[in-house]
Amino acid sequence: MSDTHAQSVGFVQKTQIPPSPPPAAETGAFKWMRENLFSSTANAIMTILGILAIYWFASFSLPWLLNGVWDAENLSQCREILDGTSGACFAVIAERWNQLIFGFQYPSEEYWRPFLAFLLLLVAAAPVLFSKLPRKMLIFTGLYPFIAFFLIWGGSIWVPVFALLGFVAGYFAFKKLEKQSFAMGFFGGVIAAFAFWWVSGFITPDLSRIIPIDLPAVPSRDMGGFMLNLILGTVCISLSLPIGILLALGRRSQMPLIKWICVIFIEFIRGVPLITLLFVANVVLAYFLPPGTTFDLILRVIIMITMFASAYIAEVIRGGLAALPKGQYEAADSLGLDYAQAMRLIILPQALKISIPGIVNVAVGLFKDTTLVSVISMFDMVGMIRGPILASTDWNGVYWELFLFAALLFFVVCYGISQYSQWLERQLNTGHSR
Amino acid sequence: MTTISDPPSESFRLSMLLNDTRYRSMTFQFIALILLAGAIGFLGWNLMRNLALLGQDISYEFLGEPSGYDINQKPIEYTSQSTHMRATIIGVLNTLIVAFLGCITATILGVTAGVLRLSKNWIIRKLMMVYVEAFRNVPVLIWILIIFFVMTAALPPPSAFRGDDPDSSMLFGAFAFTNRGIYIPRPIWEAGSGIVVGVFIASVIAVFAYRRYTTKLLYDTGKLLPRGWPSLAILFIPTLLVYFIMGQPISLDLPALRGFNFQGGTQIRGSLIALWFALAIYTGAFIAENVRAGIQAVSHGQTEAAASLGMRPGRIMNLVVLPQALRIVIPPVISQYLNLTKNSSLAIAVGYMDLTGTLGGITLNQTGRAIECILLLMLFYLAISLTISAVMNVYNSRMQLKER
Amino acid sequence: MNKSVFFGALTVAGLAAGASAAATLDDVKARGTLNCGVSTGLVGFAAPDADGEWEGFDVAVCRAVATAVLGDPNAVEFVPTTGKTRFTALASGEIDMLARNTTWTFSRDVDLKFTFVGVNYYDGQGFMIPKALGVSSAKELDGATVCIQTGTTTELNLADYFRVNNISYEPVPIETNAEAQQQYLAGACDVYTTDASGLAATRATFEAPGDHVILPEIISKEPLGPLVRHGDSEWGDVVRWSLNAMVAAEELGVTSANVGEMSMEAGDNPEINRLLGTEGNLGEMLGLDAGWAKMIIENIGNYGEVFEANIGESTPIGLARGLNAQWTEGGLLYAPPFR
Repeated sequence: MSDTHAQSVGFVQKTQIPPSPPPAAETGAFKWMRENLFSSTANAIMTILGILAIYWFASFSLPWLLNGVWDAENLSQCREILDGTSGACFAVIAERWNQLIFGFQYPSEEYWRPFLAFLLLLVAAAPVLFSKLPRKMLIFTGLYPFIAFFLIWGGSIWVPVFALLGFVAGYFAFKKLEKQSFAMGFFGGVIAAFAFWWVSGFITPDLSRIIPIDLPAVPSRDMGGFMLNLILGTVCISLSLPIGILLALGRRSQMPLIKWICVIFIEFIRGVPLITLLFVANVVLAYFLPPGTTFDLILRVIIMITMFASAYIAEVIRGGLAALPKGQYEAADSLGLDYAQAMRLIILPQALKISIPGIVNVAVGLFKDTTLVSVISMFDMVGMIRGPILASTDWNGVYWELFLFAALLFFVVCYGISQYSQWLERQLNTGHSR
Repeated sequence: MTTISDPPSESFRLSMLLNDTRYRSMTFQFIALILLAGAIGFLGWNLMRNLALLGQDISYEFLGEPSGYDINQKPIEYTSQSTHMRATIIGVLNTLIVAFLGCITATILGVTAGVLRLSKNWIIRKLMMVYVEAFRNVPVLIWILIIFFVMTAALPPPSAFRGDDPDSSMLFGAFAFTNRGIYIPRPIWEAGSGIVVGVFIASVIAVFAYRRYTTKLLYDTGKLLPRGWPSLAILFIPTLLVYFIMGQPISLDLPALRGFNFQGGTQIRGSLIALWFALAIYTGAFIAENVRAGIQAVSHGQTEAAASLGMRPGRIMNLVVLPQALRIVIPPVISQYLNLTKNSSLAIAVGYMDLTGTLGGITLNQTGRAIECILLLMLFYLAISLTISAVMNVYNSRMQLKER
Repeated sequence: MNKSVFFGALTVAGLAAGASAAATLDDVKARGTLNCGVSTGLVGFAAPDADGEWEGFDVAVCRAVATAVLGDPNAVEFVPTTGKTRFTALASGEIDMLARNTTWTFSRDVDLKFTFVGVNYYDGQGFMIPKALGVSSAKELDGATVCIQTGTTTELNLADYFRVNNISYEPVPIETNAEAQQQYLAGACDVYTTDASGLAATRATFEAPGDHVILPEIISKEPLGPLVRHGDSEWGDVVRWSLNAMVAAEELGVTSANVGEMSMEAGDNPEINRLLGTEGNLGEMLGLDAGWAKMIIENIGNYGEVFEANIGESTPIGLARGLNAQWTEGGLLYAPPFR
């Protein structure tokens, strides 16, 4: 051994050898592919199968999509243009765009109104969705329902104004009486609001005659298309939140009667499909109203969907309430807060925070379920497609394009909301992560 | 030392009903009771007045009358002369059939997709993500309609099988895929077939017994017997032997094109397939998310521990991760089954004759008994939901971690 | 949050709600619009066109009644109804009349408590089948798959016909006409059955209508007509005689072109005079203007004109008058005298 040393020339490396590039198999795209696509034989087979599936899917859908005809009067003209080649007739979407979005009865010169209402909805929803925005924007959110009602339904401006003033009156009555007890304040507020609305019912017609500020009224029967889905979704979710909270509190209440009313209501609603409730709205509800009363199908449907959604939201919130540590309840009691205060100041803010993802899930599900109204002869997006558009001589036989378009619209909205909910979950996930 | 002081005995004042917590709950419940009774009375009174005004009544006699309409998919004997009651029962059975098939398929799809979403393979992961998101975010009604149209448009009509040089041909001469549904062979049970079936069932039990025995042997003595081929042998050989000894008592009725349609065999109708697949794929996407969440909830240390024991990835998943994840996964999956069953009422969109199609559809239309029909319809779905919830509660209490 | 929409809508609904049980005529006059139930879309009978205007043969009946009562053919709210919802909508007062190719049957009239005021189209259930199948009679349909639209009398007729003739079939119930059509064209069913008029209307929308034949068998009687609630005879009379006015006008040779001239002054024919209000006080008896029938004919046209414009031989639907010709020409239309 020592011989070798003796013959070797003393050499000390003075400079550092420049780092050699990693082996080709360990860098860049190649490495990524090896790790992510071909890490084992089974994986490689799956990769190849996956690529084949994508290719197979693309081979017939891409020509169909890219070869699409956007400009034609009717189906036969569209087929003429395609001349036997594979291609979609997107012309139907272009030609019936307004019908798909607004339904076929909403007056076309008023389309700007629902459109504006939709834009304002985004503004109104923003401060609720993103807590970093200035809190003053919430004032607009509070006003939004009245503005939206006025924009979409039209009629005299005084109806929504007085409706709003009724809430204001109720709020002031509540503030005044709240010092005595919450219950007093609550009932006082409700009574004040209803009294105000009752009185304003007499003033409104005269006032609208004297100071006529109005938009042309559109009856709710004329709502249709995707707009109807949006209206039903937004209104029902907003209404079902407060009702859902009350039901959840009722279900956890100590009072047996109230508890059992809530339990039966929630379990009944959750146990039947929405479509049977819609049948009730459409076919049976009339029997349970005073003879001769009829009110809008859309309103009956809103009531039914709201009931449906509030039962689900109640269960989500009940989960949130149950997830709170018992110490929170005991702490509230030991501070001497009464039930209403404890709920309002301590329990609900925390419980609602943890139930937000669940509520968003319910909201997405409900929005999707608004398509069921097509089964009871309402012309929402799906109803428009299955009814007037497919029944017309021009577009009889265009199925793919229309249904894929509908699917796409719903996907964009629902996916957007669920991405938001995931983002929010990450935001709210404070203090629990290790 | 605790001081017990009697509350000062006040005389009862009216305001105590609202301000004193002892009485307040009574007040509230009393108000609620009055409101409830009032509402029920109001609705009932309206109902009575409306019915009187229209000269109608509430009666279930129509259930005993002949229905007068035909149903295509009838699990039990039924003609147009049968009663509405029988049509209703067929509806119930058809609902249960599609719900059962849908639940099984959805579970298979969901578990596969949920596991594959966590795969190391990028393409597979992304493909599964596309599947889950595409189906979760689009209404199930639209999917049902799309799949129904795919069925009708993509598969050939029976007439394409006709002629000397047909456009389509049957698979193995026994399966026909048409846009009216899929025709599959149907076994014909002849005398002696009972014995064959009995032997087969016995073989199935024997396979389980054998597997249990090998496991026990492995744990007790460390001796590992082969499991795969002996299981197969136990499963098939006795049955086949008996089958030939008995003189082939079970034969197949193959579908064949006669007249307008395929005759013979069993037809799985297009409407059933569309509804079944749409519900299964839609619910499968939700189950996939539940499975994924369940797997991710199993601590990573478990996987690492199993890996350090030298287990292969497939075994880690099957023996370590999935059993633990199951506890978390099963409750939400059962509520997905419930949703699937309720969503099956959308059968009405594709003309599948489930309960909504018979009792809530044609029977309602023909008799005009809206209140009665819809009440029965709701009660049926309610009964199913309550049954499934009861099962779920029992399961939950049994599966709860027994903590000390 | 959005409570106000609810309350606002409730207010609106409250205003719209009225006692409809007693005097529908007064209600319609007070409301200023007629709520008329139609189908959700059957080309030729009731379907919205590309601009959302409802048009069709049934729609014309609604417009005629609106013209008679309110003097304005456009004062109609069309309420689309399905087979399931139509009767409840009428019973609950949501609509004032139903003109949705509804077959007049005993049980609907007696058991469901509606009044059929007349027949605006005599129809019968038929079969359509591709020519390529080479079938010439419904009796050859043994084993066929039949598409039916649900929610009609069609299902019952079909079951009866096949049972009586002792042939088997496979029913495929479909919710809407458009979907039934798609199933039929794709070959998912061999036969499509519905009212013969509906078959003709459907066939008219096909790419190659000539490839399909309508079989000669008509297996049922389907008198289609408008209906109202039981118990409001005044309103029933208005609807009944609005329809009869259109039929009588055709018989008497009054058309939308010559009605203005004929109603200027009383002519030779006393029945025309009474119809057009230049003689007698028929309008007053109905609680309407004297010129009610004149306005109908002026704005809507007589029965023949409406037929020709919507479903007649010059339209894509191309129905012959057949049973729906005047009794003088061998049909069944027979308006009672205006006297």
